[in-house]
Amino acid sequence: MASTLLEDNIQVPASSGPTERRHSPVEHLHEAFRAAEVTGSRAVRLREIPYVTMIGLRVDPASAAASALSEVLGAPLPAVCGQTTHGAGHTVLWQGPDEFLVITDDAASPLVDQLTERLGDAPGSVVDLSANRTTLELSGPSARAVLEKSCAVDLHPRAFTPGTAVSTAVGAVPVVLWQTDDAPTYRLLPRSSFADHLGRWLMDGMAEFAAEPLPAHSQSGSDPGWH
Amino acid sequence: MILIDCPHCGPRNEDEFTYGGQAHVPYPANPDELTDAEWAGFLFYRDNPLGEFAERWMHGLGCRRWFNAVRDTYSYKIITTYPMGWAAPQTQPQTQPDTKEVSA
Ligand SMILES: [Zn+2]
Repeated sequence: MASTLLEDNIQVPASSGPTERRHSPVEHLHEAFRAAEVTGSRAVRLREIPYVTMIGLRVDPASAAASALSEVLGAPLPAVCGQTTHGAGHTVLWQGPDEFLVITDDAASPLVDQLTERLGDAPGSVVDLSANRTTLELSGPSARAVLEKSCAVDLHPRAFTPGTAVSTAVGAVPVVLWQTDDAPTYRLLPRSSFADHLGRWLMDGMAEFAAEPLPAHSQSGSDPGWH
Repeated sequence: MILIDCPHCGPRNEDEFTYGGQAHVPYPANPDELTDAEWAGFLFYRDNPLGEFAERWMHGLGCRRWFNAVRDTYSYKIITTYPMGWAAPQTQPQTQPDTKEVSA
């Protein structure tokens, strides 16, 4: 029988379960990410943070149900595009006028059950979306310049600061783009099947910063970073 | 690059949006009562003005919401955007193409 053959041939560690046997969308690129790291004054590094728990919420933000969900999270739901809010171990990202993404240090269980219970019969949904996207973290003094090659959102600090998160595109890949500190560090959340392409795309964008910067144009002053 | 001012997200690159045709086309109250010609008119026939045109857009790579915009079909200038459900604004047909506007 086919099922017996499978059980006989697959080596399963004694402690194995779904968690031990899973593979992240770009684990085959981790070594390449390390090799692509640029150090020095134009540093930039890329890594994957796999298996982050993400929970999608749909709820009318003006409703009593929204307040109940906020209580569970210990954070208000973000009110406008770009805003993030923070509770204990949870960050809530604005995705749409009635749509939010919870990114949390906790496991999906029992948080999803707690949120579902508090939503009750009110219109809306609570869904574990952890496997939908992975997280790529791009960090360092050149990180913004790498992103700006292929992202049309204004990432200048006057418009985009730590704690800002938007849905947009980097290259051809739809992502949630979230700045977490002013290193600057950005987290890019592509859907899993786009992660390989986005990882390679970002490494390609990082490569030029390993070279010495071109000397400043004589008429543009001494600062080559003015543009 | 054209910036489109999403009512929910603010100005974003045109690439993040998809076009949805003429806005404010009401669904027939009782489709069963329409003749084939009337039904075809609802399904397939749309205005094609020179000048301001109210149309639907969707912010697919952002908030994923539909909204409406008034766009000048001659200059491609987007005059205003507003959420679904708002009344249609007054639009001005353009009778004389203004070449200055395009070169500006
Ligand atoms: Zn939007």
